[in-house]
Amino acid sequence: MESSRGQFTGTTAGRSTGSGAGGRPFSRRWFLGAGSASMLTAGLGAGLTACGSGGGSGGGDGKTLTAFVYGDDAVKVQQAGVDRFNKSAAAKKAGGTIKLQKVPGSDYSPKLRTAMGSPSAPDIFFNWGGGSIKPYEEADKLVDLTDIIEGDPVLKDGFLPSVLAAGDLGGRHYGIPMRGMQPVILFYNKSVFAEHKLQPPTTWDQLLDINAKLKKAKITPFALGGSDVWPELMWLEYLVDRIGGPEVFKRIQDGDAEGWGDPAVVRAAELVKELIDDGAFGSKFTSVSYVNGGAPAVFARGKAAMHLMGSWEYSTQLGKFPDFAKSNLGWAAFPTVEGGTGDVRNVVGNPTNYWSINARTKNKDLAVGFLKDCASKAYAQALIDNGDVPTTSNAAELLASSPNPEYAKFQYDMVQQAPAFTLSWDQALGDGLGTKMHTEIGKLFAGQSSPSEFVTACKGLK
Amino acid sequence: MTVTVEKTPAAAQKEQAHRTGRRAGRTGRPHAVWALPGVLFFTFFAVVPMALALYLSFTSWDGLGDPRPVGLDNWRKLLDDPRMTQSLWLTVVLTVASWAFQTVVALLLGVWAAGRQRNRAILSAVFFVPFLLSSTAIAILFYALLDPNFGIIQKDTLGSQSGAFLAIVFVGGWQFIPFHTLIYQGGARQIPEVLYQAAAIDGAGRYRQFFSITLPQLRHTITTSTVLMVVGSLTYFETVLILTKGGPGTDTAILPYLMYEAGFKTYDFGYASAIASFLVIAATGLSLVLVRLTGFGAMRSTREGM
Repeated sequence: MESSRGQFTGTTAGRSTGSGAGGRPFSRRWFLGAGSASMLTAGLGAGLTACGSGGGSGGGDGKTLTAFVYGDDAVKVQQAGVDRFNKSAAAKKAGGTIKLQKVPGSDYSPKLRTAMGSPSAPDIFFNWGGGSIKPYEEADKLVDLTDIIEGDPVLKDGFLPSVLAAGDLGGRHYGIPMRGMQPVILFYNKSVFAEHKLQPPTTWDQLLDINAKLKKAKITPFALGGSDVWPELMWLEYLVDRIGGPEVFKRIQDGDAEGWGDPAVVRAAELVKELIDDGAFGSKFTSVSYVNGGAPAVFARGKAAMHLMGSWEYSTQLGKFPDFAKSNLGWAAFPTVEGGTGDVRNVVGNPTNYWSINARTKNKDLAVGFLKDCASKAYAQALIDNGDVPTTSNAAELLASSPNPEYAKFQYDMVQQAPAFTLSWDQALGDGLGTKMHTEIGKLFAGQSSPSEFVTACKGLK
Repeated sequence: MTVTVEKTPAAAQKEQAHRTGRRAGRTGRPHAVWALPGVLFFTFFAVVPMALALYLSFTSWDGLGDPRPVGLDNWRKLLDDPRMTQSLWLTVVLTVASWAFQTVVALLLGVWAAGRQRNRAILSAVFFVPFLLSSTAIAILFYALLDPNFGIIQKDTLGSQSGAFLAIVFVGGWQFIPFHTLIYQGGARQIPEVLYQAAAIDGAGRYRQFFSITLPQLRHTITTSTVLMVVGSLTYFETVLILTKGGPGTDTAILPYLMYEAGFKTYDFGYASAIASFLVIAATGLSLVLVRLTGFGAMRSTREGM
């Protein structure tokens, strides 16, 4: 960006110096005249394009529908699903095919947002449910799937009801679950723990005790991808839940900003601050990233003993450090905090991801037909084979065929038995508030604000 | 030397005009219509988007549906926002630091490269390589080099305010110094040799020649380069996005990054447009002030006898 702009200015500047030697400089009036004339034409052109965007969706003739998906490693499951569906009788009946468009993860949200406001909007798109799709619902861009689901036994009985409900907006379904469960889990390095004769912590005091022992052994207790900020958020989510229960965040999610002042949030921020000052995340975590593999590598190579991360950490490690994932990766629930009222079985994270349908699609039958495939056994099996735990109602019987049945069962039971599953705060609050909250969390972890300043700042977010 | 180069084509043209029988007065002056493609491109890709951004700055728009007029709300927010104040300050510091770093290095390199030493041409070509790489590739490269656990400098460089800031200044300099070196090289070559010869006769040494001839003769080149650097620093973005994402915390969230965040992370396109418009105004104003202050606009020739 800089170079192109710089060069442009460069040519103009250069020309004006040379103007004495070369051609005659144009009169100011001529420039103004030519400028306004072309602006008029350009303005008209822009106006026309703007009008055009009101019309159709990206499908064109409705024969090929576009589906936007978050382009990470797990996308092969969706690709297989699309391939299977395109050959199926259902696709022939509805008269068309689906085309999958993989959008690189970090660009997914902005790309979706810009596309949805343009003529090349996708017909079907991946999302996180809840707050992440609220702006689209408010702009009437979503197909309300409630009646479709109610009227179709495949969809109605296909998914765990709690997961289906977790992506709701105002009690209406706008999405079909399409990926595995993503609870946040406390992972630990089994060999490091064995070497130092440690057990995964079940209480906060045990956690602090383990920290002290690990630091003595010159091992960073926790890997943390601080430069991405959202891994830092996971700490607050679990601490607030364990200290004050799921109601604390529910209040904030429902729009009461004063909820940030709840003693549980204050206490959680203080505990986080103590952890940071104590060196629980080492001294470099603010420049470590999860997305580029930094934090997983620190963890897998034994430089850090534990990692609080979503269940996808398993497939990440399986992809990058397969030996570690298979033999040394351990998992546990987040410990209780003394005096806290939250149930230790509560879970935070993403219940799953969802497909939603653009209200402007030209072939709704085709889109709905495709979504039904997500309830199929073949689709669930593909998720299992990828190391994920599907949210379909038949998931339990498939767990045994997982590459790591033990891990799959742990995850499945964790979600099944959880009295509350709190959606990741940033997803629950939506992009606007979520991003501003990220900024405040980043400042807290980077030591730029104190716990009380953090709480005050969050109260002021809107 | 330059004088002859510039005169030859003009003379040739004149001669040719006589031969083809056209009136001499009409030659050598391009018609205004030739500017039309440029003007049209500039209008479509610069003026219209700027006008749209200015319009959007008076609306509230989340990227979906239609922008809703909100009057001066975004501009008022711009004045009140503590993050804006911090960003503005960071942008100013970044601009000054980048300017100082890039000017000193590029000026020295450029003057050196204008000489006739052995291997100069090869080294100049090597120096120019960073400018040919994409900013994104450079940022990704340095991000890997600065990785605290697996990079070549295993320090918390990007995790501390000063470290992250210096990294941004350095990476920006690494990329753009070659370009400015080229400008200074060109400028230094334009300085008439006779000045140095006269100075040598008067007994001026190397440093004296540099400070009394080279530097004053380059003052317009310095202005050109400075304007480019200042405008460039105001729009510096990819490196910040990739290296620090404005962090740690908000320590490197310069204005263009704040604009990106407001637009493409919180989807507050109205506010993002207000920041963008502010940037355009600030950059234009700064360029004008720089040009005015340095007497660049007066177009006085610095060359002897011209």
